Amino acid sequence: MINLKINDQIVTVPEGTTVLEAAKNLKIDIPTLCNHTDLCVAGNCRVCVVEQTGAKTLVAACSMPVSEGMDIHTNTLKVRNARKHIVELLLSEHRSDCTKCYKNQKCELQKLANEFAFGDNIFLDLVEDHQYSIDRSSPSFVKDDSKCIRCQRCVRTCSQLQYISAIAVSDKGANQKISSFSNKPMSHVVCTNCGQCVNRCPTGALVEKTYIDQVWDAIYNPDKHVVVQTAPAVRVALGEDLGYDPGERVTGKMVTALRQLGFNSVLDTDFTADLTIIEEGTELLVRLKNALVNGDKQVSLPMFTSCSPGWIKFIEHKYPEFLPNLSTCKSPQQMFGALAKTFYAKKRNLDPSKVVSVSIMPCTAKKFEAERPEMRSSGFKDVDYVLTTRELAIMIKQAGLDFRNLEVSKYDSVMGDSTGAAVIFGATGGVMEAALRTAYQIVTGRDVPFMNLNITPVRGMEGVKEATVKIEGCVDEWKFLEGAELKVAIAHGLTNANKIMRLVREGKAPYHFVEVMACPGGCIGGGGQPIPTSAQIRKNRMEAIYSEDEHMVLRKSHENPEVIAIYQEFLEKANSHKSHELLHTHYVKRESY
Amino acid sequence: MENKGLNKVDLIFEKVDPKEVLIKAFNMSNDQIIQDMLDSGLKGRGGAGFPTGMKWRFTAAEKEPEKFIVCNADEGEPGTFKDREILDRVAYKVYAGMAIAGKAIGAKQGIVYLRGEYKFLLPKLMAELELFHKMISDIGYDFRIRYCLGSGAYICGEESALFESIEGYRGEPRNKPPYPTVEGVFHKPTSINNVETLVTATMIIKNGPASYSQLGTKDSRGSKVFSISGDTPTPGIYELELGMSVQEFVNEFGDGDTKAVQVGGASGFCVPRKKFADTIIGFEGVPTGGSMKLFNSSRSMYNVLHNYLDFFAEESCGQCTPCRVGCQQLLKGVEKVKKGEAKSIYLNELVKLADTMKIASKCGLGQSVGNAFKTIVENFREEIIY
Repeated sequence: MINLKINDQIVTVPEGTTVLEAAKNLKIDIPTLCNHTDLCVAGNCRVCVVEQTGAKTLVAACSMPVSEGMDIHTNTLKVRNARKHIVELLLSEHRSDCTKCYKNQKCELQKLANEFAFGDNIFLDLVEDHQYSIDRSSPSFVKDDSKCIRCQRCVRTCSQLQYISAIAVSDKGANQKISSFSNKPMSHVVCTNCGQCVNRCPTGALVEKTYIDQVWDAIYNPDKHVVVQTAPAVRVALGEDLGYDPGERVTGKMVTALRQLGFNSVLDTDFTADLTIIEEGTELLVRLKNALVNGDKQVSLPMFTSCSPGWIKFIEHKYPEFLPNLSTCKSPQQMFGALAKTFYAKKRNLDPSKVVSVSIMPCTAKKFEAERPEMRSSGFKDVDYVLTTRELAIMIKQAGLDFRNLEVSKYDSVMGDSTGAAVIFGATGGVMEAALRTAYQIVTGRDVPFMNLNITPVRGMEGVKEATVKIEGCVDEWKFLEGAELKVAIAHGLTNANKIMRLVREGKAPYHFVEVMACPGGCIGGGGQPIPTSAQIRKNRMEAIYSEDEHMVLRKSHENPEVIAIYQEFLEKANSHKSHELLHTHYVKRESY
Repeated sequence: MENKGLNKVDLIFEKVDPKEVLIKAFNMSNDQIIQDMLDSGLKGRGGAGFPTGMKWRFTAAEKEPEKFIVCNADEGEPGTFKDREILDRVAYKVYAGMAIAGKAIGAKQGIVYLRGEYKFLLPKLMAELELFHKMISDIGYDFRIRYCLGSGAYICGEESALFESIEGYRGEPRNKPPYPTVEGVFHKPTSINNVETLVTATMIIKNGPASYSQLGTKDSRGSKVFSISGDTPTPGIYELELGMSVQEFVNEFGDGDTKAVQVGGASGFCVPRKKFADTIIGFEGVPTGGSMKLFNSSRSMYNVLHNYLDFFAEESCGQCTPCRVGCQQLLKGVEKVKKGEAKSIYLNELVKLADTMKIASKCGLGQSVGNAFKTIVENFREEIIY
């Protein structure tokens, strides 16, 4: 343990602790900007400089490890003057159109400016000297270099958490910037649109591309019938943007709010999550049967989940030879979209060309997914607009709803029923757990052998999780699986996905079924979720997801009454011709450079 | 004030038998080699002036089995060209210095990081390296050196940026600590020394520390190779004993009309005529990595300053705020003052900014931009304004 003094208070911390962390122990707040708890230390914004007695220069609290007898002062005149200068310098390079900025009042630079640099500018305006560009090429996000403060959080996110490096630092000195490969537009580089950079950008340099106005237009267009679907992870995070603590479930209020915003029908992506389990679970069992019983060597195993569009684009770019291993199931969003303009329209007697399908997603990659040419099975664009959790919160504020005091209400029907299995799609391991609950029952006629259906080995925040389920007591149709051990793996965050994919490529992966979510923690940590994000916030959201599951009456996808009904009325059976037409797809190889 | 006057010395370029020196070194204990360096008083010749013996001692103390000795030959400081000459004429003494350091710290591998613009030297350097490798094998000692070429970025002369560059990454300085002696190139304990430092180490082993420490002053032992340029009738490379005043230097090398000397290049200090007599060239006065640029009365100090700031605004790596934005502000600021678009009093704000850059920048580059800025603005304020 190391003893040091910060602002004349003694603190004892383990070796390797930074001054910043040690100060936190004493409840001493040191401002930071480039620092982010999810990322490695950068030490480049210098906002966190503090004075160390005996040192010639100030030291950056975020990167300075504690040492025995260290004497730190965080609030001397020297420190304050330097901080003020640093914030002023950042502002001089930053286009400060705050009142018009998407991040107004949520911007970390703005907050620091408010504390350290209010009033007249000390320094000259440099914005005009830079040839800043705005890249709107991605359907998911906008990259505005004039707002960028070069903290490199996005760069670290993209390389460290996602193993992509779509964005990196280029040029030097005054021209240094965050750029892409060969300075190409973001739509043309290896970017998964995961939006993790958006989640961590302290300013308005990286924000989602917003479709709020288009959605309002549709709502107020009397010729249109606007349906909205809400993804599982939205309900446990939306509250954060509306004054709740992380981890509060606001499902019922959210449904009421959506109705009051004017959506004609408020439906649930959870319905198609349940449907996904039936389709994907059946697909897995068929693959296993073909491999084990029919001895078909062509069967691609392990099978990978296909719910996460960031993950899909990752595999398209980086491991295209394994595209056949992807489940052919569309994501729940796109299954919903395809059904909204077919099954739902028919059921409600609507002209599908008049149906506008909106989805509320914890995700920015879903905006890209909705634009994919593969996603037009209904004959129309299956999902018209994708809004993030954050955008929904903005709409609720725009409409002046008193969210906290809204009544709770239930989803509309049809396509509004769901089970606990669907809601856990929002957390890493959730799809796997939901699939196991159903597949095990199909194969054995019994519940999975875990207390209260909670398959704990696939839960939690570990980057790569593995589990083995021994199949015993099979019903006749699945007798060939008797005694088999189903090996599964789960990864979240693309760096972890890459670890699994390396094993797969080397032929060292013993798995049958692999769940991958592009974002840390799964959809609860998605790129469209409320900002900020941290391990603790994601943990709170995850707990809320599992609590939502526990509170559901039905907790297995195949028990969803609307799912049972749609097979009877419309799809006939799992993996039927009709399902393949609407609910399944194939993906494409993309360049990797 | 200790003043040794101007004395020419011939140590660095003196021809020696490297084999003899190496055999002598290899027969010494590692502690003895390091002690000789400490006793000699040798401080790093790249400019920062860290005691070489200390650097070696810290690296030697690390337990990690794989260590490196890196020779910093990225010589990028404007007005410095002595390392090029040293490599051109006595590369074998650089290699010998690396082998001696390697032994002292426990490194079997040496890397010379060569300034990209010196690529033309490489065939000759490689040929000499081959001879050196053969010689060292003949002695029966296991040590190998390889070359790594820079690509023209000034920042890559900063030690940790240099490591990043060797490793194939963008040349950006790292956070310190950990220092190179603990975590250097490839995150292994590393002693990184300037070309001239390594040659000097060779000579200290050859002649013993006592004869070296007789040269120079208490704070600045030994001699130093100077790169002399600007308004001088005799530009070139000279090895001089440390401890002379700027006046004595100007008497020897000036053109009779010297109004200022920039000591230590763009990151160094500007000494005006009125301070020539009582400024010692050395760590007690104005330290230098070797660059000495003389300016006569025909020169506009605004242009000199503008040139340096333009250089820094381009050569900052750009990662830390004080340096990236600070350099731009200083440059634009003096331009505005010169044009009359900002009040002359704005220079005071810029001096404060230079002070912030000195204490808040991440590495030595940003921390030293203020040296030239402040010494020029303070001594030649009217030339900046009018």
